[in-house]
Amino acid sequence: MAKGNGSRDVVIEVRGVTVGFGEHTVLDQIDLDVYRGEILGFVGGSGAGKSVLMRTIIGLLPKRAGTIKVLGVDLAAASDEERHAVERRWGVLFQQGALFSSLTVRENLQFPIREYLKLSQRLLDELVIAKLDMVGLDASALDKFPSELSGGMTKRVALARALALDPDIVFLDEPTSGLDPIGAGDFDTLIATLQRTLGITVFMVTHDLDSLHTVCDRIAVLADGKVIAAGTMDTMLASTHPWLRAYFHGKRSRAGHLEAANV
Amino acid sequence: MSGVLLEGTAEGERLRLAGTGAWVAENAHSLEAQVNAATRGGGAVKRVVIDMGRVDRLDTFGAWLLERLTRSFSVRGCETAVTGLREDYRALVDEVHGVAPAQAPAHRRGSSLTYAIASIGESIVSVGGSFSAFVNMLGALVVALLRVVAHPRRFRFTSMVHQLDNVGWRAVPIMLLITFLIGAIIAQQGIFHFRKFGADIYVVDMVGILVLREIGVLIVSIMVAGRSGSAYTAELGSMKMREEIDALQTMGFDTTEVLILPRIVALIIGVPILTFLGSMAALYGGGLVCWLYGGISPDIFLQRLKEAISLDTFEVGMIKAPFMAMVIGVVASVEGMAVKGSSESLGLQTTASVVESIFLVIVLDGMFAIFFASIGM
Repeated sequence: MAKGNGSRDVVIEVRGVTVGFGEHTVLDQIDLDVYRGEILGFVGGSGAGKSVLMRTIIGLLPKRAGTIKVLGVDLAAASDEERHAVERRWGVLFQQGALFSSLTVRENLQFPIREYLKLSQRLLDELVIAKLDMVGLDASALDKFPSELSGGMTKRVALARALALDPDIVFLDEPTSGLDPIGAGDFDTLIATLQRTLGITVFMVTHDLDSLHTVCDRIAVLADGKVIAAGTMDTMLASTHPWLRAYFHGKRSRAGHLEAANV
Repeated sequence: MSGVLLEGTAEGERLRLAGTGAWVAENAHSLEAQVNAATRGGGAVKRVVIDMGRVDRLDTFGAWLLERLTRSFSVRGCETAVTGLREDYRALVDEVHGVAPAQAPAHRRGSSLTYAIASIGESIVSVGGSFSAFVNMLGALVVALLRVVAHPRRFRFTSMVHQLDNVGWRAVPIMLLITFLIGAIIAQQGIFHFRKFGADIYVVDMVGILVLREIGVLIVSIMVAGRSGSAYTAELGSMKMREEIDALQTMGFDTTEVLILPRIVALIIGVPILTFLGSMAALYGGGLVCWLYGGISPDIFLQRLKEAISLDTFEVGMIKAPFMAMVIGVVASVEGMAVKGSSESLGLQTTASVVESIFLVIVLDGMFAIFFASIGM
């Protein structure tokens, strides 16, 4: 995949976005581009505002300044219809899954499809099974309620719901947090497979260094309210910024392990 | 919008199907109809070729319908082949191909008669269940109380004071307002109807006895059930949902002692105080209406009231208050602990808590009426 030149199709364009709560400014004049068909890993310290940026892009938090264009549409200036059209083309996986607790898995997955498309019940049922199969679950989960699912299953069902309408962009908020390393690895593979088969763009907030290594095409780093770096893993590893060195060369990183082994 | 997405040409035993246009979610409705139409026809077909060369967009919806098309021909024993599929869609079609065949959702439906009988049975079982839960909770409370009496320092005094602030102090204005209005309404109605018999003055007897014996405690209990009982259920229920109760248990705390006992003690202290204040407000409201509407001056009202009521009348009302508080608190706690994982169940249990505690308050009041009548109070 060609890396970082201006000719690529930008699906999310963030320019000069400032977000704050009360006196506290979380994001200060952020610029960020996400290109079509890539998996962007968005990292930063705990509380740095990664989720805040994600929630601002999808319109859950108000911004103080700047513009955000998703699929070429400035959501702040768009009419309700234009905004709904964009919302229909993205899917969001929330950190805790955010499955509707009073609906079964089947109903959770059918809810967005039913809302936007008029399909026969038979097709809806078949599609739900197909979507579950794609995220690695079988039909036995269909009639369970979210409270009966394990953490990993919840994440998978939530991903299936995010993918229900075959979106162009998927936002993932810490998809592998709370999963065991094997489950997290499977989830990474799953995201990469789905990205390849469906051609979606993935915006992934994560802390998982393994995810960053294995599936992310590009990484953007948030620190002190700014995007301090954006580029491939090699760029990150080569950077001399102290925070980046601590993050990517720390004890828990692969680079850290390699350096320790070479000593 | 969609037009023709699938065209078929039959050549004897061979059927050629050609897909066109966008096989995506927006067109899935008409595509499904066309796929169904294509599979219905042609009984003698032995070989099916599906040409996807002119399909310019494909997503999971389209890929699944293509899969359904090939499957329904395969089931009939036809040879099927898909040609001209764009290379970048290959992975998606392969992915969908691996999906296990759909089973019909297992909806088990009996006749309406069995359903009706089953639902009666289920309700009886659940009534029995909530009765045993009530008794269980009462037992757990007694155990917690004994433990606290043995080791008074274990009592959560701060928590109790906090709850007392919520259910007692903060409830004072609304209780005063409501009981004041009820007292005024009773007096007005009494004067209006008693005047026909020239018995206006007996309104004072009616207001005094009714308010002190029944209305004061009943109105306050019903208000507390709606205001604080529902809050207890919702608090405990959401703590249950977020595993806070489990966390407490694993730290070796007894949830009855830590969460429920302080709440119920707060109610048992708060409700009698509210009942007293409420009764006074109702008498004041009644007296005010007697004066302004009935022409009974405050002096005469007080004198008449003194003759009409005794200390017994006042005590009957006050004795009931802590029992009402107990019932409300226990029901609210039982229902709170019965909350399951979903937000819907939180809503259901909160409703059940309010309805049950109001019902039990009224039943208990009836039982007290019989009891006090038989002991001559």
